Amino acid sequence: MVLLTRKIEFAASHLYNNPDFSPEENRRIFGKCNNPHGHGHNYTLEVTVAGEPDPVTGMVLDLKDLKEILEREVMQRMDHRFLNYEVPELAGQIPTCENIARVIWQLLDPQIKQGKLHRVRLYETPDLFADCYRNGTEGAKA
Amino acid sequence: MAPGAQNGAVKTELGRRYHFAASHRLHNPALSEEENCRLYGKCNNPYGHGHNYILEVLVSGQVDSATGMIANLADLDGFVEREVLEPFDHKSLNEDVEVFRGTVPTTENLCIEIFRRLKPFPKAKLERVRVQETSNNSFEYAGDNPEGFER
Repeated sequence: MVLLTRKIEFAASHLYNNPDFSPEENRRIFGKCNNPHGHGHNYTLEVTVAGEPDPVTGMVLDLKDLKEILEREVMQRMDHRFLNYEVPELAGQIPTCENIARVIWQLLDPQIKQGKLHRVRLYETPDLFADCYRNGTEGAKA
Repeated sequence: MAPGAQNGAVKTELGRRYHFAASHRLHNPALSEEENCRLYGKCNNPYGHGHNYILEVLVSGQVDSATGMIANLADLDGFVEREVLEPFDHKSLNEDVEVFRGTVPTTENLCIEIFRRLKPFPKAKLERVRVQETSNNSFEYAGDNPEGFER
């Protein structure tokens, strides 16, 4: 099995606020991320697909296809958007790195027809990231 | 607040990077001077040398639907600060960290010691640690977690 990884970058804004919490609780729990006007990041997304190289093409999957999927499912949805208000998949959720990564996994998984989605890693900053894997089946064995 | 779309089919981990600078000397007193020199090369220099280490900590757990978080970063940062950064940053690993008085502070052993210190983090499950000693070498340790290295 071979792992193939493609990286893309997008810029988006967000804020953390749970309407079930008081303003004080929101500030205590979310700190600066609770600023009501939001703030932004340059996100880096690494998408890893696992599979056997096709004997004819030598490819796990065609990178052009993966690029198109990422453009359609991630870039068009999230790039230069306010994640809280403009991405319906995140509605009602705090757009943390964990939740955005999971939404991206759920968007990409059904689209990848050759090979199998192995890992989604989303960097919010160089020092903070979230990883998603398929639960139950250990990734590298999948 | 609507519960987050928890999906049992996806496992999520949170990764956080920390930075510390420390010195060390690779030397095993059970070996002769020549053997130490042959084995550890420049790293055996008696006065030691230093690195800017990068520590990557990966934890897993349920994403809390009220906060969207596996663990609050302030809790994780505070724990790592107390257990690792405060005792290691700008220190001599050989002289200032008890365990390395009897163990060679290779980055392999450093990984194991950091994992041991961080394992009790109460808010999430420690999956593994990765320590980058220079931009050209890094080491990972997942304890006895059988899934740790399959990611």
